[in-house]
Amino acid sequence: MATPGIIHSGAPPQPRLQARSRRHSETVVKVVLLACAAISVVTTVGIVIALLLPAIEFFREINFIDFITGTRWAPLFTPSSFGVLPLVTGTLALTFWAALVFIPFGLGAAIFMSEYASPRVRGVLKPSLEVLAGIPTVVFGFFALVFFTPLLRDIGVGVEVFNVLSAGLIIGVMLIPTVASVSEDAMAAVPGDLRAGAYALGATRFKVSTRVVVPAAFSGIIASYILAISRAIGETVIALIAAGTLAQIVFDPTRQSETMAAFIAATGIGDVPTGSIEYKTIFAVGLTLFVFTLVMNILSIRLVRKYREVYE
Amino acid sequence: MSRPPQGQSTGGTLIGVDPRSATEPKPRESQAAERPVLFDVRDLGVRYGAHVALNNVSMKIYRNQVTAFIGPSGCGKSTFIRCFNRMNDLIESARVTGRVLYHGQDLYGPDVDPVEVRKLIGMVFQKPNPFPKSIYDNVAFGPRVLGLKSELDERVERALRSAALWEEVKDRLKMNALSLSGGQQQRLCIARCLAVEPDVLLMDEPASALDPISTAAIEDLMHELRSDYTIVIVTHNMQQAGRVADMTAFFSVDIGDDGQRTGVLVEYDDTQQIFTNPADERTEGYVTGRFG
Amino acid sequence: MSAATGTAGAPSIDHKPGFDRDRLVGWIFGGFLAFSLVISFVVLGALLYDVFSKGIGELTWDFLTRPPSSLPERAGARPAILGTIYLMLLLIALTVPIGVGTAVYLEEYANRERWYNRWLEVNIQNLAGVPSIVYGILGLAFLVRGLNLGRVLLAGALILTLLVLPTVIVASREALRAVPDTIRQGAFALGATRWQVVSRQVLPAAIPGIATGSILALARAIGETAPLLLVGALAFISFNPTLLGDFTALPIQIFQWISKPQEEFRLKAAAAIIVLLALLLVLNGFAVWLRHRYQKRW
Repeated sequence: MATPGIIHSGAPPQPRLQARSRRHSETVVKVVLLACAAISVVTTVGIVIALLLPAIEFFREINFIDFITGTRWAPLFTPSSFGVLPLVTGTLALTFWAALVFIPFGLGAAIFMSEYASPRVRGVLKPSLEVLAGIPTVVFGFFALVFFTPLLRDIGVGVEVFNVLSAGLIIGVMLIPTVASVSEDAMAAVPGDLRAGAYALGATRFKVSTRVVVPAAFSGIIASYILAISRAIGETVIALIAAGTLAQIVFDPTRQSETMAAFIAATGIGDVPTGSIEYKTIFAVGLTLFVFTLVMNILSIRLVRKYREVYE
Repeated sequence: MSRPPQGQSTGGTLIGVDPRSATEPKPRESQAAERPVLFDVRDLGVRYGAHVALNNVSMKIYRNQVTAFIGPSGCGKSTFIRCFNRMNDLIESARVTGRVLYHGQDLYGPDVDPVEVRKLIGMVFQKPNPFPKSIYDNVAFGPRVLGLKSELDERVERALRSAALWEEVKDRLKMNALSLSGGQQQRLCIARCLAVEPDVLLMDEPASALDPISTAAIEDLMHELRSDYTIVIVTHNMQQAGRVADMTAFFSVDIGDDGQRTGVLVEYDDTQQIFTNPADERTEGYVTGRFG
Repeated sequence: MSAATGTAGAPSIDHKPGFDRDRLVGWIFGGFLAFSLVISFVVLGALLYDVFSKGIGELTWDFLTRPPSSLPERAGARPAILGTIYLMLLLIALTVPIGVGTAVYLEEYANRERWYNRWLEVNIQNLAGVPSIVYGILGLAFLVRGLNLGRVLLAGALILTLLVLPTVIVASREALRAVPDTIRQGAFALGATRWQVVSRQVLPAAIPGIATGSILALARAIGETAPLLLVGALAFISFNPTLLGDFTALPIQIFQWISKPQEEFRLKAAAAIIVLLALLLVLNGFAVWLRHRYQKRW
């Protein structure tokens, strides 16, 4: 029990300033918390090991140059071919069509919410956009396959059942909230004085938005694009459902094209024997995908930090 | 305890003063009674990273007195008062040098636990900071944390009475503390401190965020509490120091050659002397309002 | 645009010749902006309409309580619904302690100056951006094959935990940061140890924010398909899932049904989507309600 000292004046007993034995529990707490934090480290290490080890084995059998430059991806055929380019171009094609949607419209939505909408309207729009962002990707995949592809056909765009265009555009719409949200944050960080000065000079809202705010928020907007591109690259289910599982290099979006992520999923679903070359393709392609997204994410984080620093 | 020698008259200007001339100012002969020493500060310095906030402070705090720290902003008085309960430990970049002897033990000794120090030396802050809990739970927090679970109700009542708040809240102890007025919240914070039965009460500008009536209530409280506790307050309000403090220490800012602003103790004496007959020109300038 | 100078009379402002063009540009631009939003909501609306119109007919009590079947008329979503619920419960049990623990460590204990703490933060940020399929690969390599757990519910739960952990950590950190520092100072000044300050003052005050963030992370997790495709069994699951047995979950079941050729299975998929969306609506609604109910005024 603690005897914390004296109340009345008078010759006091020497107060005890040294620590009591129960400081053990404090150390225990700190260790437990550190262990929790360590789990995230373990996760990263795990991901790296899980990707690297099998991939290294893979590249012992398959020539690395052939892998990254080969234009035929047919791991199960005889003769088999392990050129990853078709998967990469498939991924990039999908991302391209997605970007065609989220680059203009994501920014447009952000500008509207930031510069044009009243706070009340913004208060309604932002959560509504969040709803779109919260819809699971499998639902978007369903929508792309079952509704959008037939729709495209109906309006005369001759797409195959599985096609890049439908999946790409839907992914683009799915990412509009992501771009809008980060870009709007970047624009909100632009000081009001900048706008006020421009308005005072008689500039229109259009001019202020495009000549003042967007340039000032530029790095944040680019960060949002990079973030969205990273998500599009890693997007698995919509690609798997709607863009097809035929790995081929085509520039025609009405045809199907397998992406890296879709390949991994399609292969992983099946019962591939552990240790087979097919099993290892999962990791080789996974590593490729991971490198792509890692680079994007690092860029994006750096840019976000940069725009935050400018105004803080 | 022998009478200390006469305080030194330093003269000189504010800027570029020689710090060596500010060695341990002591109360003058004009004081009669002997007073027991509670804190003996020896050559205390505080730095935050590269910035030296406080330098070369030596003084004694006497038991059952109200001691006030006054001075212009940035002179380190808040930093100094936080040295008495090791609150500066919570700032990652803070480094404290020197010694603070409390009952003869150095608060910054190697095996001293800041947690134990804070149980004996309580603190009230400038902006009242009640916990977002009931009034009862606020006052009971200290005893509970210390393991004093018995007679909790009595402890809470005693503390609230000592803080002159009991009558106003006794019927609503379960209410959220944030529903109290500013002045009441501050008295609640004082009650919270008193509940752990400390030795010393440190108050960092306790009334600066309050209206004049609440301020007067707090000052009255200080008068009452003085008989049981030793009180140290920081205040930017000189009149307040004049009203409540027995001893007053005047701090000022010393601007070094590199432009760095460091707090130094200029003069420390009975409040009467500081305000009517200050020894140092800087003190005189501050208390007469020439600068502040 | 010129004002009369030096003479009496009101200054006149001529309309610039380009004035109407500015107006026009402004309108077009505004239209484009509005269209940006319209496109999002039109797609959202079309999606919901499509799903509901296709699925509502299939949303019967039988559907909810029956196991799947190769015959579309008899297919139900019971194992999938149970699987999703079990995953949810496991997720709460796993992510909240670990995520909050990490957040508490980073906010209350870690010395920001130390390099390893900064690396920890960077690590968490990077993990947040890793595609979910890579988490599936992680699970496949270590849990399913490595530890030979097989494609079991526990493996799915563990992998989803790792997936949403960064989200929970970030949300918890914000909740902790929102607690004013004056509360901590006051508690410390009374002689409380750091853990006492955190456990008795900071955490209780941060609970609403932590709960909201956790529920939102949970909602995200149960919509995830990709990791479960690698870690879960796509075999025919007609029994209720158990911890160490084969399992399925709503997203997987939906995917399976979409992949089947028969049109009727598409309708079943739509019905399952409705169930999933309903579940998400409840979770998100609860989180929003929590946030409003416990808006703190310090």
